[in-house]
Amino acid sequence: MRGFKISVLSGKGGTGKTTVSVNLAKVLNNSVYVDCDVEEPNGYLFLNPQIEEEKTVEVIIPEINSDKCTLCGECVKACRFSALTKLIKKILVFDHLCHSCGACFEMCPYDTIIEKYKPIGTIRKGKAQSVDFIDGKLNYGEATGVPILKEINKLIENVDKPVIVDSPPGTSCPVIHSIEGSDLCILVTEPTPYGLHDFDLAVQLVKQRGIPMAAVINKAGEGDNIIEEYCEKEGIKVLAKIPFKKEFAEAYSKGKLLIEVDNEVREIFDKLSTDALELIKK
Amino acid sequence: MKQLAILSGKGGTGKTTAATTLSSIVKNKIMADCDVEAPNLNIILQGEIVEKEDFYGKETAVIDKNKCIECGLCEELCRFNAISNFEVNPYYCEGCGLCMYKCPVEAIKLVEEKTGHVVYAKTKAGEKVVYAELFPGADGSGKLVTQVRKKAVENIGDSEYLIIDGTPGIGCPVLASATGVDLVLIVTEPTLSGFADMKRVLSAIEGFKISSVVCINKWDLNKEVSQQIEKYCEENNIEVVGKINFDETVVKALKNLQSLSEYPDSIVYRQIYEMWLKIKKILDERVESK
Repeated sequence: MRGFKISVLSGKGGTGKTTVSVNLAKVLNNSVYVDCDVEEPNGYLFLNPQIEEEKTVEVIIPEINSDKCTLCGECVKACRFSALTKLIKKILVFDHLCHSCGACFEMCPYDTIIEKYKPIGTIRKGKAQSVDFIDGKLNYGEATGVPILKEINKLIENVDKPVIVDSPPGTSCPVIHSIEGSDLCILVTEPTPYGLHDFDLAVQLVKQRGIPMAAVINKAGEGDNIIEEYCEKEGIKVLAKIPFKKEFAEAYSKGKLLIEVDNEVREIFDKLSTDALELIKK
Repeated sequence: MKQLAILSGKGGTGKTTAATTLSSIVKNKIMADCDVEAPNLNIILQGEIVEKEDFYGKETAVIDKNKCIECGLCEELCRFNAISNFEVNPYYCEGCGLCMYKCPVEAIKLVEEKTGHVVYAKTKAGEKVVYAELFPGADGSGKLVTQVRKKAVENIGDSEYLIIDGTPGIGCPVLASATGVDLVLIVTEPTLSGFADMKRVLSAIEGFKISSVVCINKWDLNKEVSQQIEKYCEENNIEVVGKINFDETVVKALKNLQSLSEYPDSIVYRQIYEMWLKIKKILDERVESK
């Protein structure tokens, strides 16, 4: 099967992004599952991959050589993220505020800034039977997982297989990095007023990026029409509805794949994958 | 003022359900929704907007075509690959200013970009709520969270409590939601991912020296994992202040845009009420002992 990239997103957490991503990756077979929710990567709990490779992701932060530093303060002036501050006898660096832009390094008139590497997280690669597995994990309190997402993007750039990206929640900058270059975005939502509100934000974001999209209604049941009416108005195809059942919540709680516990869900995902591929071909 | 932040490690565990229910139980309070990417609190509370402030969350480089000599230095220097063909991709630009500093003909400037709003609203019953609207695709910064909390403190009036519906995750905005509060309530679910996420958020706030208490939402969904969570909490000296049942009343209330307080006889409402009494006691004792 030729390579393509489907990103699964949701506007916010807890709507079922990971459920849709892992089950879809499994149904597609010979695919690559990529967990880009670097703050809370949970895909591994369902796929139980054998990890074959683990790599640290580093960013560059400044270190001031205090022997040469004249305390001129040009670096402090240049930094727009308040990551540097001038004390009486030295320049202090706040790692967590640093964006690794290099402005201090470039603006220092006396070449006293050294750039050193600092780890911010890890990327793991492995195999979950027929599915290739990649995930990223951000260290606690780091400002942004975007450098990890950029590394992950390099890994999947030229893969000749279907790639399923489990995106970060929300609608901000990390989501943009994770959906970049997608052939299709699948937006997972719930038929509640919260769900609709967050779904609308995600739709706006995907529209801005000009990527084709489709929807999956999770925890479907009574009240679905609020999502379906919206989708009709916006011209978004509803690819699947996953019913709301306590058994599914229980299966999820044990880290089980829904397609393996319920035949109806298996059929839903088979159809979902066929329809998604259809949308990509167009 | 006593400050409680509700966190969860990830979204969808019931933070906002807990927050809206507490909102009806606790009378003398102001609410702050710090989930700036998916602000849901006011959808249920339905406060009417009293004040809406623009938020300028970032700067973006802009190249003046008339001055640009197409030397390409900016593209070479930019570490975010935000410049190509003498144009800036605003989604990639971090506003660091390096291109502006180094441009030999001063063709680049930084422009402040409006990335959202901070909103102060009041319900018909006089309840106060502050939240933000971050524009889709904008940087979900901790700065906006800090602004929401600041606005809440400004409008605290004679309220005794500030209840913060926190940001999901473990990153910088979460720390901005929790810095300096008196107590953190972590809402978790008895799922393998819920448990993993709870441990991650606890580690993230560890250095802050803030006491945490835990609420296990839908605890009866998986009693085995619930027990593991309780054991973990016991070993780490964290009090489990609430165990909330899996109850379809929650879904029903949500679908009808209601707070659980409209179902005062439901088991989940009573459980949250009991939980508040415990939280209140801890919060009051902590603040008074300061």
